[in-house]
Amino acid sequence: MIPGSFEYHRPVSLQDAIALLVQLGDDASPLAGGHSLIPVMKTRLATPEHLVDLAGISGLKGIRRQQDHIVIGAMTTQSDMIASPVLAETLPIIRETSLLIADPQIRYVGTLGGNVANGDPGNDMPALMMCLDAEYRLAGKNGERSIRAREFYLGAYDTARRNDEILTEVRIPIPPEGHGYAYEKLKRKVGDYAVAAAAVMLTASNGTCRTASIGLTNVADTPLFAEEAARALVGTRLEPAAIANAAKAAEGITNPASDGRGPSEYRRKMAGVMVRRAVERAKARAGM
Amino acid sequence: MNDMTPTQAERAGKLEGLGCKRKRIEDIRFTQGRGNYVDDLKLPGMLFGDFVRSSHPHARIKSVDTSKALALPGVRAVLTAADLKPLNLHYMPTLAGDVAAVLADEKVLFQNQEIAFIVAEDRYIAADAVELVEVEYEPLPAVVDPFQAMAPDAPILREDIKDKMDGPHGKRKHYNHIFNWQVGDKDGTDTAFETAEVKTKDLFVYQRVHPSPLETCQCVASMDKIKGELTVWGTFQAPHVVRTVVSLLSGIAEHKVHVISPDIGGGFGNKVGVYPGYVCAIVASIVLGVPVKWVEDRMENLSTTSFARDYHMTTELAATKDGRILAMRVHVLADHGAFDACADPTKWPAGFMSICTGSYDIPVAHLEVDGVYTNKASGGVAYRCSFRVTEAAYAIERAVERLAEKLGIDSAELRMKNFIKPEQFPYRSALGWEYDSGNYQVAMQKAMDVVGYSALRSEQKAKQEAFRRGETRELMGIGVSFFTEIVGAGPTRNCDILGVGMFDSAEIRVHPTGSVVARMGTKSQGQGHETTYAQIIATELGIPAEQVTVEEGNTDTAPYGLGTYGSRSTPVAGAATAMAARKIRAKAQMIAAHLLEVSEYDLEWDVDRFKVKGLPEKSKTMKEIAWAAHNNLPAGMEPGLEAVDYYDPPNMTYPFGAYFCVMDIDVDTGVAKTRRFYALDDCGTRINPMIIEGQVHGGLTEAFAVAMGQEIRYDPQGNVMGASFMDFFLPTAVETPKWETGFTVTPSPHHPIGAKGVGESPHVGGVPCFSNAVNDAFAFLDAGHIQMPHDGWRLWTVADRLGLHA
Amino acid sequence: MPKVQVKMTINKREVEAMVEPRMLLIHFLREQMGLTGTHIGCDTSHCGACTVDLNEMSVKSCTLFAVQANGARITTIEGMAAPDGALHPLQEGFRQMHGLQCGYCTPGMIMRAHRLLQENPNPTEAEIRIGISGNLCRCTGYQNIVKSIQYAAAKINGMPYQEAAE
Repeated sequence: MIPGSFEYHRPVSLQDAIALLVQLGDDASPLAGGHSLIPVMKTRLATPEHLVDLAGISGLKGIRRQQDHIVIGAMTTQSDMIASPVLAETLPIIRETSLLIADPQIRYVGTLGGNVANGDPGNDMPALMMCLDAEYRLAGKNGERSIRAREFYLGAYDTARRNDEILTEVRIPIPPEGHGYAYEKLKRKVGDYAVAAAAVMLTASNGTCRTASIGLTNVADTPLFAEEAARALVGTRLEPAAIANAAKAAEGITNPASDGRGPSEYRRKMAGVMVRRAVERAKARAGM
Repeated sequence: MNDMTPTQAERAGKLEGLGCKRKRIEDIRFTQGRGNYVDDLKLPGMLFGDFVRSSHPHARIKSVDTSKALALPGVRAVLTAADLKPLNLHYMPTLAGDVAAVLADEKVLFQNQEIAFIVAEDRYIAADAVELVEVEYEPLPAVVDPFQAMAPDAPILREDIKDKMDGPHGKRKHYNHIFNWQVGDKDGTDTAFETAEVKTKDLFVYQRVHPSPLETCQCVASMDKIKGELTVWGTFQAPHVVRTVVSLLSGIAEHKVHVISPDIGGGFGNKVGVYPGYVCAIVASIVLGVPVKWVEDRMENLSTTSFARDYHMTTELAATKDGRILAMRVHVLADHGAFDACADPTKWPAGFMSICTGSYDIPVAHLEVDGVYTNKASGGVAYRCSFRVTEAAYAIERAVERLAEKLGIDSAELRMKNFIKPEQFPYRSALGWEYDSGNYQVAMQKAMDVVGYSALRSEQKAKQEAFRRGETRELMGIGVSFFTEIVGAGPTRNCDILGVGMFDSAEIRVHPTGSVVARMGTKSQGQGHETTYAQIIATELGIPAEQVTVEEGNTDTAPYGLGTYGSRSTPVAGAATAMAARKIRAKAQMIAAHLLEVSEYDLEWDVDRFKVKGLPEKSKTMKEIAWAAHNNLPAGMEPGLEAVDYYDPPNMTYPFGAYFCVMDIDVDTGVAKTRRFYALDDCGTRINPMIIEGQVHGGLTEAFAVAMGQEIRYDPQGNVMGASFMDFFLPTAVETPKWETGFTVTPSPHHPIGAKGVGESPHVGGVPCFSNAVNDAFAFLDAGHIQMPHDGWRLWTVADRLGLHA
Repeated sequence: MPKVQVKMTINKREVEAMVEPRMLLIHFLREQMGLTGTHIGCDTSHCGACTVDLNEMSVKSCTLFAVQANGARITTIEGMAAPDGALHPLQEGFRQMHGLQCGYCTPGMIMRAHRLLQENPNPTEAEIRIGISGNLCRCTGYQNIVKSIQYAAAKINGMPYQEAAE
C-alpha cells in the first residue's frame, strides 16, 4: 500500500523534462495521470527513484483539428476526450472506448498518453489507435519523431519509446463521415480490464464494405492489429459468413493469458465474439 | 379530555417505536465524515505496526534476520516468534479449541502468514522496514486440495499437534484431520435410502469466499504502565469476548482491560475472532509502553483473515416417485485451512449445518462432517452465514431442485408438497432443532403471485423451444429458493463461546427529566442499533425514541454480551432490551399507583402513560413517573428508574423467506443478466421496515457476488489468487440487480416482541436462488449440477461442453 | 527523502505543509490535515472510499501523491455542510433515503455524487449507477444510494422528490 521513496521533479517545459530523463536514466519514470504507475508503485513492483511529473508542462493537453487529422495532446484525460465536441463529431469511437475504461474517477485523471505509452496489454486505447492508424509523436534527446501505433508495441510493457523520450501527442486521420465504428468490450464488471475487446472501423458504399480496420485488446502480450480479419470484410456485404470469417481470423492471431477472467481458450473465443458484435454495430452505423 | 388532547395514534407516532421507518441516528455523523473508526484514532506517541509475511504456502523457516530492519531510523522494535515464546503467545487459542500461530515459529502454513511484526514511528517507515527483514525458507510441498489432505502420504501440516490424535471434538483420523461430527439417525437414514423409489446424489461445492467489509481489521493498543491497565480500540464485533480473551492471554486482570469498539465499517463476521495483528499490537504496547496501531491492507485482509465457506457437500435425497421426501443424507468435507479458527459456538464444530433439512418435513436424516487442514488461511465461519447456515441452505435448496429435475415435477410445487405445515410448529427437525414458528405455504404463494410464477414458466418453455430452433442464443432461468434459517445464538445450555454462554444483555437507565441511556452487549457494524433498540424502548416505555441514547462497544460501561454476528442482536439483545424495559415499566406502574393513590391493579398502560381504568383523565406519563422516581416513591421502594436484563434465550429463532430470480444467460459469452429478483422475508415482528429493507438489499448484493463470480482460489502450488479487488468480485452499482422486497409476519412465540432477526437471511437465501436460476437455465439440456461461482467463462465452458457453440 | 512543500486549498482553507514526495494524498488529508472523514478501503484503486473533489474533478486520493495536488482546490466530506451547519442536500438525502449502513463508503460516495450532479444535474437511474461505478459499497446494495442521489438532485433543482414506482 505504501510506495518506496523517490525524488519528485515537476519540470515546466518539455526540454527540461527530457533533460531530466536523460540525466536520471533508468532510475526515472515519467508521470502522467499516474493511475497505472502509482498502483504498481504501491505494490512496490515498480520502485522508480525519480518521478518526472509532466503535469506542469503546458501544451501537452488539448484536442484540435489539423486539416484532415485530429491531434490530441498526450496529457489529455479520458474525461476531456469524452466531453470533446470535436471528437464527438469526427471520431465518436474514441468517446465510446473511453467510457468503457475504468471508472469515472480514474477517467478524470487517466491520460491518453499514459494509456497508450506504458505498454500494458490490458489498456484499451492502444488497440483503438492501431485500428485508427494513429501516429504517436515522441520527443527526446535526439529531437522529435513519429511512429505509427501499429509499430509501437513490442511486448508486454515493451514499446518503441526510448527512456529519454516523452510521448507528446497522438495524430489520428479523420475517417470519412458516415463511417461505421464500434468498440466492443467484454468485462467482468465496470473498472475491469477486458476479457477481450475489439475496435472496428469501416467504410461502405453501395452496400459494400470498402475499408475495414480491426484492433484487439488484452488477448496477447501486446494490442493486436487484425489485418487478415479486416481483409475478410472488405468487398463483402458484411453478411454473416464474412463476419464469421473475420472473427475466425481474429481468433487465430490471439494468444491470451489465462487469468481470473478466464482460461486462454475462452478469451480467444471471446475475441471472436467481440469482433463479430463490433462489426454488426459498425455495419449498422454505416447504414448497411 | 378536549380537542387538543393528542389521540392514541398521534402519541404512538411521536414515539417512533416499533414498526416505524425511523431515520437513523448514526447517519448524522456518518454523512458529515464524523464517524469514529479505529484508524481515525491518533494518540500521543503512537507507533505503527506492520507484518512481514510468508511468500511460501508451506515451508520451514530456517532463519529470520531482522537486523537491517532494526537499523532503519524510526523502527522501534521487530517482534518474531522468539520474542513471543517466553510469553507463551507465539500461539493463541482459537474459538474452535485449536491453537493458531501469532507469529510463525519454525514453519509457515499458508501464503502471507505472519512472520514478524515491525513497530515504527509511522506507517511509511514500517512499510520500508518490512522489506528489510530477510527470511530463509526451506519450501515444503503444499496441500490445497482437501480431498488430498487425508491421503496416506500427504505432507504433515500441523507438526505442533501431530501426536495429538485426541482433538477438541473427538478422535482425529489422520494427522491432517481435525474432527468428525455427526448428527441424526444413521441407520434409519441408510434404510430409507436403500428402499427409496427415487434418489438423488450430488457434490455441491460452496467455494471459499471472504466477507470483505470495506474497512479492514485494525486496532490501537495502549498500555498504561503506571496504572497497569491496557486499553484496546479495535474492529471487534464481540468486544466483551475480546476483553476476556485478552485478559486470559496477557495475564492482566479483566477489570484492568478496557476494550472499545468504536464505529466499525462493516463486519459480516470478518471481525469476530482475534487476529495476530491485535495480539502483536498489544504485546508491542506492553513492551514499549506507548500506543501501537495496526491497520491491515486489503490484500492482507482477503488472504489471511477469516475466510468463509469452503464446504464440499455430498448431498442425497430419498423420495417417493410422486415427490414426498423421505430422507436426507449429507457428508461434508470441510476445508478449514491451516488452523481450526472457525468461529463457532464451542459444541458446534460444523456450526448449525444441521439445519440442512431446511423448510421441509423430512422424517429422517443424517449429517456427517469431516474437517481437514490445508495450506490455506484459517477461518470458515463468516460472511453472513449464521454459522454454516449458508452452506446448509445451499445444500437443501440445490438438492430439492435436483430432485424436481429427476422427478419431472416443478420445483416450486415440490417444495409446497414437502413444506412443514403451520400446525406442525413448534417443529422438531430430524436433526434436532425446534423451529419456533412458520407459515411457509402462505409466504411461498404470495411470492409466486407477485412474480407471476406460472407465466414465467410458460415464457421459459417458449424460450427453450426458440433456443432449440436457433432463434435465440439466450437461456432463461428461474431461480427459486425457500429457506429457513436459524439465528439468535443462543441458549446457554448448548451455545457458548470459549465457555461463556451466548446470552446477551441490556441496561437501561431513565433520567429524572425522562430521557434515557441504554447500553447493550452487542455491537453494530452498520445494522443501526442506535436507532432500532431505541425504538423497542420507545414502545415499551412510552418515551420518544429520540429521547433514548443507545451505546454499544465500550466494555467498561456496556453489560456483558457476546456481540453482533449470526443475526443474534435482535433475538437476544433485543429481547434483553424489551425485558429490561418491562422491569422498568413494572416499577413505573407501582410509582404511578402511588402518585395516583390507587392500586397498581387499577391501572392500564396506554402508549406513554398509565391511566386509571374507567377514569382516563387520571393518568401519569412515563416522563412524570421518571421525575417522581427520584423524589416521591412508595414507602420502602428504592429511588431511581433503571434495570438490567441478561437474556438467555430459550431457543434460537427461525426466520424464513421465499426468493425468486429470473435470469437470462448469453450462451456465446457465458454472461448472465439478472432480469428480476423478488425477496419475500419473514423475520417476525418488524422493528424498522426501512432498516430491514436495507439489510435485505445488502445481503442480496453479497449473495449475488458470491454466486456469480466471487472466489478466493489457491493454485496447486498453494499461491493465493484473487486477493485484491482487481479479481475478488465485488459488484458495482452497474452490475448489481434491482431488488424487490416483500414480507409476511409470523412472530416468534418465545421472543418478548416476536422478532427473529433478518441480517443474514438475504445472504442465506440469496445464494441458492441465484445458483438455482443458473442451473435452471441449463437444466433442460441435462447439464447436471453446475458449480458456483457462475462466472462468464465457467458458464461459457458449460455451454461449450453441451455443444451449444457448434 | 527530503521533504517538499505543498500548498493547497482544502474546504476553502489555505494550507501549507512539508511532505515526503511519496506521501499519498489520502494519508496527507487524514494524518497531516486531520481530516479523517475520507477513508481507505483497498490497495488497488478500486473501492472509491478515498474519493475527494479536486479542481472540480472526482479523484481517488489514494492514487495521487500530495505533491501532485500542489496548488489544488480540494473539497472533502468535511466541507460539504454550509458554514452554519446546514446539511448539503446529498447529506440530507442519504439520511432520508437510508443510503448508508456502516458509513464507511459514504464520504467517498457523497463526494462522487456531488461532482456527478454538477456534471449532470438530472441523471436517470442508469446514469447514476454508471456515475457511482467507481465507488463500492458492501452494505446497501446501492439501491437506496441511488434514491438518495435522486432525492438530492430533486432538492437542488427545486423539484419535489418523487420516489419512482417499484
